[in-house]
Amino acid sequence: MDVTETQPLGKAIKRKEDPRFIRGQGRYLDDIVLPHMLYMALVRSPYAHARIKSIRTEAAYTVKGVKAVLTGEDLAAMNLAWMPTLAGDQQMVLATGKVLFQYQEVAAVVAETREAAEDGVSRVEVEYEPLTPVIDPYFALTAEAPILREDRAQKNNHIFHWEVGDKEGTDAALAASPVVVKEQIRMPRVHPAPLEPCGCIADYQKSTGKLTWYVTSQAPHAHRTVLAMVSGLPEHMIHVVSPDIGGGFGNKVPVYPGYVCAVVMSIKLGQPIKWIETRTENLATTNFARDYHMTAEIGATEDGHVTALKVTTLADHGAFDAAADPSKFPAGLFSIVTGSYRFPVAFAEVDGVYTNKAPGGVAYRCSFRVTEASFLIERVMNTLAYRLNLDPVELRRRNFIAPEEFPYQSPLGWTYDSGNYAKTLDTALAIVDYPKLRREQQKRREQGELVGIGISTFTEIVGAGPSHTFDILGIKMFDSCEIRIHPTGKVIARLGVRHQGQGHETTFAQLIAQELGLSAADVLIEEGDTDTAPYGLGTYASRSTPTAGGAAALAARRVRKKAQQIAAHLLEVSQEDVQWDGTRFFAKGLSSRSVTMADVALAAYTNLPEGMEPGLEATYYYDPPNLTFPNGAYIAVVTIDRGTGQVHVERFVAVDDCGTVINPMVIEGQIHGGLTEGFGIAFMQEIAFDSDGNNLAPNFMDYLVPTAVETPHWETGRTVTPSPHHPIGAKGVGESPNVGSPAAFVNAVIDALAPYGVTNLEIPLFPWKIWDVLKHHGLTLS
Amino acid sequence: MGQTVINDQIMVHVTINGESRHALVEPRTLLAYFIRDTLGLTGTHVGCDTTSCGVCTVLLDGMPVKSCTVLAVQADGHDIETVEGLEQNGQLHPLQQAFWDNHGLQCGFCTPGMLMTTTALLRNSENITEHEVRRAISGNLCRCTGYVNIVKAVLEAKRRMGEEASTS
Repeated sequence: MDVTETQPLGKAIKRKEDPRFIRGQGRYLDDIVLPHMLYMALVRSPYAHARIKSIRTEAAYTVKGVKAVLTGEDLAAMNLAWMPTLAGDQQMVLATGKVLFQYQEVAAVVAETREAAEDGVSRVEVEYEPLTPVIDPYFALTAEAPILREDRAQKNNHIFHWEVGDKEGTDAALAASPVVVKEQIRMPRVHPAPLEPCGCIADYQKSTGKLTWYVTSQAPHAHRTVLAMVSGLPEHMIHVVSPDIGGGFGNKVPVYPGYVCAVVMSIKLGQPIKWIETRTENLATTNFARDYHMTAEIGATEDGHVTALKVTTLADHGAFDAAADPSKFPAGLFSIVTGSYRFPVAFAEVDGVYTNKAPGGVAYRCSFRVTEASFLIERVMNTLAYRLNLDPVELRRRNFIAPEEFPYQSPLGWTYDSGNYAKTLDTALAIVDYPKLRREQQKRREQGELVGIGISTFTEIVGAGPSHTFDILGIKMFDSCEIRIHPTGKVIARLGVRHQGQGHETTFAQLIAQELGLSAADVLIEEGDTDTAPYGLGTYASRSTPTAGGAAALAARRVRKKAQQIAAHLLEVSQEDVQWDGTRFFAKGLSSRSVTMADVALAAYTNLPEGMEPGLEATYYYDPPNLTFPNGAYIAVVTIDRGTGQVHVERFVAVDDCGTVINPMVIEGQIHGGLTEGFGIAFMQEIAFDSDGNNLAPNFMDYLVPTAVETPHWETGRTVTPSPHHPIGAKGVGESPNVGSPAAFVNAVIDALAPYGVTNLEIPLFPWKIWDVLKHHGLTLS
Repeated sequence: MGQTVINDQIMVHVTINGESRHALVEPRTLLAYFIRDTLGLTGTHVGCDTTSCGVCTVLLDGMPVKSCTVLAVQADGHDIETVEGLEQNGQLHPLQQAFWDNHGLQCGFCTPGMLMTTTALLRNSENITEHEVRRAISGNLCRCTGYVNIVKAVLEAKRRMGEEASTS
């Protein structure tokens, strides 16, 4: 469908971004070349934990083209050896004293070419004294564990304890419950691995004192503010440009040491400095995801009504706590862990620990730890179903929060906005024909096949967030939109978010065009330039539609309000007698007398009511009253090869409800991508370490991204339960498929093996791991 | 062909998208960076360091190759096609059009490589099935689309090209 369509909201309009990308004319970071630009590369630690005895940089300067080498001591002299993190901790920029994870940044080399910079890196000599590494997060809390962070006053590896809910009430309810199941559930460390790695170009102009900073940033305004705080440069003299981004998935939210080094080098040398990390550097040092070690206890009555939920978690945060969370939420929104179910009481606690690994935690479509929460509850609901001998569908049905209970107050403090969970599930069940599927499963089991059906009926929490609760380093988590109509009725609109492929240039044009009675072709959307776009908190945690989408609708309505006054003037009637039908203003009772938004726009510059300010534009900074709570029902059907342990996903049905739909084609693409990530997480991906702290998956040979061959065919469906508080009723959706799908896959594999007594499996479900289980239960082909 | 060597750099001549170009490069320069940095065609991307992702895929004498794993000097005297050469006379290639129509791209980073691999696939096959498309692009990783719409786009492009061929 074409962008010239009027009333574009809800239509599958083709993307405005695509014409440049299909021609190779996107403008990603590494495509940008500036005059006199130099290249930077980083010296990295081969050890997970070691004292730095000496760094010798002289030999690097013998490489032709090498201009400068920077060490932690140089930064320390500038008070920049450490930088603050979003989690309120501090992180080394370049190591001083000791290194705390393998591949950690130790020195930076700047040269005239990429290759010369790498040559320079190979000539920097660093002498290390290896120390005992802490790899296991449980070991980290023992008395024998070495203290990793000598910079802290607190002399242990414990970062934080966080808890929520009614502990005594939950313990009492569990004690009184006729049925209690307990399960250990681990979400191993994975990595978002966007195809484009991270990088930046720092371009400091000595004559003006202005720094232009091109950077792969999901939150360019926040990065500008952080950089101003860290560097001491005044914020109006920092121009952040986040160009086309080759995928983010949460990986491009934090500020990385390489960024700071590039800025320092540019200020020092007065030349632009480009730094682009390699894939290995990306996987080994940037924002990882998950690494939650969880224990869940769920109580229920014999007839399958849940009574209480208790969750204890150990969170491995690596060497520095750089988890990208709102300030008050060290464990993100993990407290959504009661899911789609009516728990009378619940309690959750999380302890964060340091280990000798890269920092991160919050990334990869997790919505601030909602992936962990959803995985946990959807897994233990499955275990409970087996214990009660109930169909997992029936158990869910008995416990769903009912449509009339919304807004629903959860026992861990959230007010769910809306949902019709049974309807969403029924839609998914109808697509797969669930009763027939179960009958077929029975038949195939009798023939010796291992066939499983897995269900996940999750509730997301996205759109952070209301200013009373949510901030990033003190900045409230609003977002913004500025709309300006030109005299000829064309529109430029800028937002405080920053897309990385999610289609904002199309979807926000649709939303604004709908509100203004124009076609999406008439609306140009821009994001990512902090000199021009209004301040916003960026794009992550599926917050763009909930926050900036709300701002866009309300800014457009502000424009429309003024437009109505101008329309009254043009129609020569009073304002009260002007009506808007979605495409034009007309005089009440006289629909033949009308003016379009384009007519009004021209009048705003040429023929205004007396005393009115010329022009037609508005800005809105939207502080959302609540988050949005999209939900979904996912069903996986799998078979297991008894010869190899390989799992084959025969079908996967995903029914999502994200309220009002802006562009169904774009939503479907988001779902396909997120399900593929969920598939990778369930079956293929883990950043594991050996006992020396060597990263065992720092490249695409060992960290597997699903190809088209492994990736299942995805079937999608939809129900529509609008968010009552959102200006157009839309909820976020980008992360739902990753949040909801891992449990469906694992539940399906367990379902295939349940007749043999298997009720829990640890992801990733590599073929060898499944084969071991088959062998243990005598299920391999003889 | 006799080689020109100046200051340890070697003169490389290529035909790229039908245009003759030459430049001095270090022997170790990768073809991907020769195309991007020296020739200024930045549609070809770099996404990994182990020849896994395929975002650097170009056609070398009509064969899809990962240009991160070819030296620029190896391309001397050869014919290269990149994404920038797909559009002809202001007309999108049917594959480009089909990727757009079917939402076969999101962030766009894998798109040029995907387009080049599938260009070769469509040139070299009469009929293709979904399975064959999936196999053909298994050297090209995508993190955004889940491949469904890419496969749809390739099959649709093949259909349209067949229709065009039969009507002309």
